[in-house]
Amino acid sequence: MEVVVQITFGVIAVFILVAAAMVVSVRNVIHAALWLIACFFGVGALYMLLEAEFLAVVQVLIYVGAVSVLILFAIMLTRQITGEGVRQLTNRWPVVLAIATLLFATVLAPTLINQQWNVPPAPPLGTPEPIAGPAELGRGFVNEFLIQFQVVGVLLTVALIGAIVIAYEERARRRKVLTLAEELELKRLREQTSPTVPAPVEAEPVVQESRSASER
Amino acid sequence: MLNAVPLPAVLTLAAALFCIGLFGALSRRNLIGVLMGVELMLNAVNINLVAFWRYFEARYITGQTFAIFIIAVAAAEAAVGLAMVIAVYRHYVTVQADEIDRLRG
Repeated sequence: MEVVVQITFGVIAVFILVAAAMVVSVRNVIHAALWLIACFFGVGALYMLLEAEFLAVVQVLIYVGAVSVLILFAIMLTRQITGEGVRQLTNRWPVVLAIATLLFATVLAPTLINQQWNVPPAPPLGTPEPIAGPAELGRGFVNEFLIQFQVVGVLLTVALIGAIVIAYEERARRRKVLTLAEELELKRLREQTSPTVPAPVEAEPVVQESRSASER
Repeated sequence: MLNAVPLPAVLTLAAALFCIGLFGALSRRNLIGVLMGVELMLNAVNINLVAFWRYFEARYITGQTFAIFIIAVAAAEAAVGLAMVIAVYRHYVTVQADEIDRLRG
């Protein structure tokens, strides 16, 4: 039984770490978002292994269902994403990599492994351990955590209104920006008509067009 | 779970995830990539909280409640952050972080 749990934990850990590494290293931002969804699923599986079932469901609902869809929408609303020929990492990425690796290898991992945690001993096999489930959570939200619960509600409302205010644009000032589908369609047309001739600057009134063409 | 996997293993996994997210948040040029790195870091913190809850005080709800609040705040952060990315993109027509340098002298 223990071996099964250990193998499961190992598989989940490797899955989470590989997915996270792909999120930060893949060139295409859409692929990065899909790997992010995979990573969220792995974390949800880890919650399930840690016997926090309600949190696992919440993780899938909010992260996989809401946040990742939000990210995908933001990617589709902005252009220049597929990353062909566009650098995805800043110039200083080796420094950042060194900092992150050193932080893990010299500070976090030795501290965590050498620390005496004084974990209370698990009950012997066969006796069920009292674990707080969704019923206790619900009772806590209407008793001892009531104020925090209300404050989070206000925060979500304010965030919703704030997001609309920030992203709102008056119709008169709106300018034509190609969506991803239109951009790919244009590109395909361009490749069909003149595969060798470099792409002309489109007549579409997009400010960025000349610049992105030079970057390609 | 408690006997099979020691607590430091879970915490080390969370630390590794946090460092990967830190690398992504600091080195990605794309603003949405930066936000994805932040999400990874928040997930790592949540794994820590749930692990401590499970190993130390599984009969109380405080750890799980804290994790749920963090998830709610992360959702609000993602909504506002992505709205700001879209606003920045409308204004500068780019989402690359190092091309948005109007304040540079």
